[in-house]
Amino acid sequence: MPRSDVGGDQSAIMTRLEAIEDIYPSIADHVVVTIMGATAAELYACGHRPNFFYLEHAMGLASSMGLGIALARPDLKVIVLDGDGSVLMNMGGLTTMARSDPPNLVHVVFDNEVLLSVGVSFTTATAGPADIEGIARESGIRRTATCRDPRELRRLVDEALLADELSTIVAKVDPVGPDSYFIDPHMLENRFEFERVLRKMGRSAGGDSEADGNGSSNRDGNGSSNTDGEVDREINTIGDWNE
Amino acid sequence: MPVSTRNSRIIYDALKAEGIRLVSALPETWLVHLVGMADDDPEMTLVRLAKEEEGVGISAGAYLAGTRSAMLMQNHGFLASINAIVSLTQLYRVPLLMLISYRGEFGESHPWQTEGGGVTIPVLDALAIPWKKLESPDEVQKTVRDALTLSYANLRPVALLLCRDLMWEETSQRS
Repeated sequence: MPRSDVGGDQSAIMTRLEAIEDIYPSIADHVVVTIMGATAAELYACGHRPNFFYLEHAMGLASSMGLGIALARPDLKVIVLDGDGSVLMNMGGLTTMARSDPPNLVHVVFDNEVLLSVGVSFTTATAGPADIEGIARESGIRRTATCRDPRELRRLVDEALLADELSTIVAKVDPVGPDSYFIDPHMLENRFEFERVLRKMGRSAGGDSEADGNGSSNRDGNGSSNTDGEVDREINTIGDWNE
Repeated sequence: MPVSTRNSRIIYDALKAEGIRLVSALPETWLVHLVGMADDDPEMTLVRLAKEEEGVGISAGAYLAGTRSAMLMQNHGFLASINAIVSLTQLYRVPLLMLISYRGEFGESHPWQTEGGGVTIPVLDALAIPWKKLESPDEVQKTVRDALTLSYANLRPVALLLCRDLMWEETSQRS
């Protein structure tokens, strides 16, 4: 729920689905790791790609997996789509991320202030005084931001991808989930295709286009290959990074 | 220092020989040399953890991205990592090499280590994680290789228990 005690323009609050739709063109050619449930289902609804990994359990560890991938493959950009409940479950992981400081990791936290997958009754500490951007910043992550608008999120993600610096971006979103949590491929199929596509990504002349290998995008063809152009267009707008 | 530098080096060299290039660790006394060796090695990425469970996620990510890794932790850290082991490495069939300092076995003088020592092997067995005790330096290289071979074949975690006789040199000084 929008809060009167935090942030500025409350009317600008977005749904997570809108936010993911907006950043999809920027992240689609990179490695993406999501948390379970609604976030995974909403990214999937925007168009599955083999370079997306949906961690459907092990709550809290999507960020740790992203860190492991980022450290193992410094030639790739890694985006983690995290949530407030998951970050709070692995808060020490923020300090580990900051300490390892991989420049190729962009950590996006969708903060809806509730454990949505079990209903809207169990609020997280971010519904109270806890501030994830503040926790990330004080953990030592130098590039942090909070936003409430999809276009602003898109710009922050583009800038973070361009910056070559570990970033945590908190996106305040409405506590609304998808109608369906269905994801096809099966978890294990996703795990194996993800491993396979990581082997190919960034290691041939085609570069990012390898991520298209399985041709499984269902986003009506507008979901890829324009990342660089979008970055150029969006850069140099008002900055509100906490650096 | 009573922690065996020589045997720590043998373990470290075995990890290197098997292509391990990332180690995530939360140290305890017995592991200080191993962590130091990883830290000093420019070919090794050392990730210092806040809590052991993170290391399961980091290793799983590294594996899927093509890097062989190992976790260094105490058995109490293993006990703290069980959900990650079950709902990431086992659920998703990801190999994982865990080097676990096996505190609380015969010879343990610290009362606080004893309860965890007593349940470590029963928990490993309950999770159907293949494990072996490492007690002699002579068996280290082959056992590390065999453990990794099995883990990469069945795509599941394996555990090596670093025992007192391997890690601690002087029986007169207790830790």
